[in-house]
Amino acid sequence: MTPQDDRPVPPATDGGAPLTRRQAKDTARQDEVRLENAVETAGGELPPPAVPAPAGTAAAPESTLLQRIMTGNALVAFLSVVLSLILGGLLIALTDPNVARASSYFFGRPQDTLGAAWTAASGAYSALFQGSVFNVRGESFSQRIYPLTQTLTVATPLICAGLGVALAFRAGLFNIGAQGQILIGATFAGWVGFTLHLPAGIHLLLVILAGMVGGAVWAGLVGLLKARTGAHEVILTIMFNYIATNLVLYFLSTPAFQRPGSTNPISPQLDATALYPPLLGSAFRLHWGFVVAVLATVFVWWLLNRSTVGFELRAVGANASAARTAGVNVSRGYILAMAIAGALAGLAGVAQVSGTEKVLTSGVAASFGFDAITVALLGRSSPWGTFAAGILFGAFRAGGVAMQASTGTSIDIVLVVQSLIVLFIAAPPLVRALFRLPAPGAPRAGKGGTTTRTPASTGAAA
Amino acid sequence: MKLELIGITKRFGSLVANDSIDLVVEPGQVHSLLGENGAGKSTLMNVLYGLYDPTEGEIRVDDKPVTFRGPGDAMAAGIGMVHQHFMLVPVFTVAENVALGNEAVRGGGMLNLQETRTRIRRISDQYGFDVDPDAVVEDLPVGVQQRVEIIKALVRNAEVLILDEPTAVLTPKETDELLGIMAQLTADGKSIVFISHKLREVKAVSDVITVIRRGKVVGTADPSAPTTELASLMVGRSVSLTLDKKPATPGEVTFRVRDLTVQADNGQRVVDGLSFDVAEGEILAIAGVQGNGQTELTEAIMGLQDHVTGSITLGGNELVGRKVKDVIRAGVGFVPEDRSVEGLVGTFSVAENLILNRYDDAPFARGLSMSPSAVEKNADEKIAEFDVRTQSASAAAGTLSGGNQQKVVMAREFSRPLKLFIASQPTRGVDVGSIEFLHRRIVAERDGGTPVIIVSTELDEVLELADRIAVLYRGRLMGIVPGTVSRDVLGLMMAGMPADEALAQAHDVQGGNL
Repeated sequence: MTPQDDRPVPPATDGGAPLTRRQAKDTARQDEVRLENAVETAGGELPPPAVPAPAGTAAAPESTLLQRIMTGNALVAFLSVVLSLILGGLLIALTDPNVARASSYFFGRPQDTLGAAWTAASGAYSALFQGSVFNVRGESFSQRIYPLTQTLTVATPLICAGLGVALAFRAGLFNIGAQGQILIGATFAGWVGFTLHLPAGIHLLLVILAGMVGGAVWAGLVGLLKARTGAHEVILTIMFNYIATNLVLYFLSTPAFQRPGSTNPISPQLDATALYPPLLGSAFRLHWGFVVAVLATVFVWWLLNRSTVGFELRAVGANASAARTAGVNVSRGYILAMAIAGALAGLAGVAQVSGTEKVLTSGVAASFGFDAITVALLGRSSPWGTFAAGILFGAFRAGGVAMQASTGTSIDIVLVVQSLIVLFIAAPPLVRALFRLPAPGAPRAGKGGTTTRTPASTGAAA
Repeated sequence: MKLELIGITKRFGSLVANDSIDLVVEPGQVHSLLGENGAGKSTLMNVLYGLYDPTEGEIRVDDKPVTFRGPGDAMAAGIGMVHQHFMLVPVFTVAENVALGNEAVRGGGMLNLQETRTRIRRISDQYGFDVDPDAVVEDLPVGVQQRVEIIKALVRNAEVLILDEPTAVLTPKETDELLGIMAQLTADGKSIVFISHKLREVKAVSDVITVIRRGKVVGTADPSAPTTELASLMVGRSVSLTLDKKPATPGEVTFRVRDLTVQADNGQRVVDGLSFDVAEGEILAIAGVQGNGQTELTEAIMGLQDHVTGSITLGGNELVGRKVKDVIRAGVGFVPEDRSVEGLVGTFSVAENLILNRYDDAPFARGLSMSPSAVEKNADEKIAEFDVRTQSASAAAGTLSGGNQQKVVMAREFSRPLKLFIASQPTRGVDVGSIEFLHRRIVAERDGGTPVIIVSTELDEVLELADRIAVLYRGRLMGIVPGTVSRDVLGLMMAGMPADEALAQAHDVQGGNL
């Protein structure tokens, strides 16, 4: 709106620029949705007229896409998992040598092929289950539940980092940087763990704190850059991942991080005082880091749903301009959200370096930082959803190893299943179409014979 | 071309958006569709334009039934539509925009823009559009862009033109020009479906008025019918179009603006040296065509603008340079112009939106911890007090109708003691019934002794609420006139004439008429 200018600009609230075809289509859709809503909100003698969105129909497409992915319903998430498992099963069957052999005489005896396929898929999934939840062939109780504790151990960093990604999502930030944040957090925590020699209790506390600070600083920088310069957090976090990866490699090439007398890129073992104590005795790898993950989940739930900070962050994420108008400091919100997200990813780094691995290597973060994005997506960025998704992915990872060992099915199949889950979650219309679910908030098509056409040509030929 | 809609019914699920609507548009007629927001006008036009399938009923063109499977069919049948939001590519020239989707080509698929230019010139000359085919659309004033849309329809040989709320974005002068164009088109045998909720325009231009309420045709009216009659037909009950408002009793001047200048990021002065006062217990309306600095002015007061110079004082305290939160805490209530973008978080519940700028105040929060019960209690009270029609306090605010969304925003702002109340476009996109309610609340706030600033592009609203009217043009104040001033004077000022000249000229015109 520039009055000096000779052209009175069309009202900003009316979308400013002429609508694109896509937007026009959305507007038409939205009108329908509004009408629908009007029915639902109607009450009393005078139902409120359905008012087509007078403005803002052309809301930022980026945030709506993000919100659409993040707020997809739980059913879609569940069906995505089921669908992925089915496709994964098909893939297992197709790559199975017995199936391949039987298929050579498929038209003679198809039941052989189908039977072999069933055996392959069910055998692999059964191994996956036994490797991740309950080992029926275990001799003692602890042997039987050992897989479950393995699952929880692997889930611990996934949950922590997933919470970080989810929290950033809720503040409207696509945090791709959990990987880097875990690495830096682990580096800070590890250094404190093997360089300082402190009494038990204090040492671990300091290690945890260092890991959180490391992650918070690394992610907070991204928040700061976004708030100050408007740089996009996706680009920033991706680049920060590269920097972190190579920074850790560099650190591990310096004597300060290497074992005395060695030039291998591996740090000394962390002091015993810096390690998470085992949670269920030394027979299991499960450590107190899991309890920390549970506490972190409770904390994030409280932060998002019961605290003023969470209210601010959610407002910034859902509608930054309304938040700004309501007096929320949006820049501070970005920095804070990223810092907290980084601290949570840092916790994941601590869980690795001082729980599972006990040393700092360049591979300490494995691919947890990227899996965390999937976990947050699957958990629909709610704290407990992320917790549950973290455990599911922990099970995939723990069980995948057992599956490969016992049935020879490649662990890569598990990765395929995981990736398919993301694919389906990112494309909810696909899952809805496959299972014939109604679109959220869409008119109940069919009942009223509603067919909405896309005004594809209005823009061009009106 | 004669266009008939017979028994058109359009259902969305259980909602009947159009209920067996009959409509006949005779050649050479302006047929107005009058109705509140959500009455079903737009749905009906989308049916007519092939965007929706009618659930029942048929469309006839020259007594022959037709079915439209898309806008392409509708256009081929001679129906053209000018949308409220223009469907133009801003960086294209007029000719390119007109050609788009209907390109004249030479052999080998080469564009033949010359052909399009010729057609544009022919139509432009015929109706006096004064449009240059080679002008880039984004450089054109809104009124001319609208003519480009009309040309687009005419180039495709439209016989029936649908104009959807065409005057919403125009200055009074541009509106008059559009009405002139409409008269020419009808004289030429074209017919026009004119959609509006502005009674005055509808009366001025129509041959036939069809009033739609809640999806049904509730009657046809003669353009000579009194405005109040049309309004009550539209709403379904008698509406007092004139607000029962006592004369203002202005008290002490507590709000002062001096030499206020706001610069846009590109350095242009979007608000240029404004000075004005608002006293306790009076309503100052800020009128002007959209985009003349009103938005930036209110945002500058709220602390939402970055490059602000000059002074804004409330009760002696400087507001320039303060944070938004401080301004809110200083007792400034603000209803932003676009509730869905700045006023509400659509995905938040009604209850959360009702405390959107008070979430960290007692009793809603203690320290960092919020109290859901206090938030809920507040919501129940406000929903009852403002008669917000919502399923529950936990329903997402985005699912409410425009009027109810606006009530949520107003309820929130009125729920704390105010030292200044600013409302931008307080009733835009709000149904007539809610307008009455919201206007009364604003006047009640004034009568309670609060200085009130109303920013509105609707002259009707300005004249109804204002005790004094300030007119902005290109960021500058054209003057402040009493609330009783005539529309003509305001129209001249909105087009950039200082108040004294406008008053003199309007006086001359009246003198000349006598």
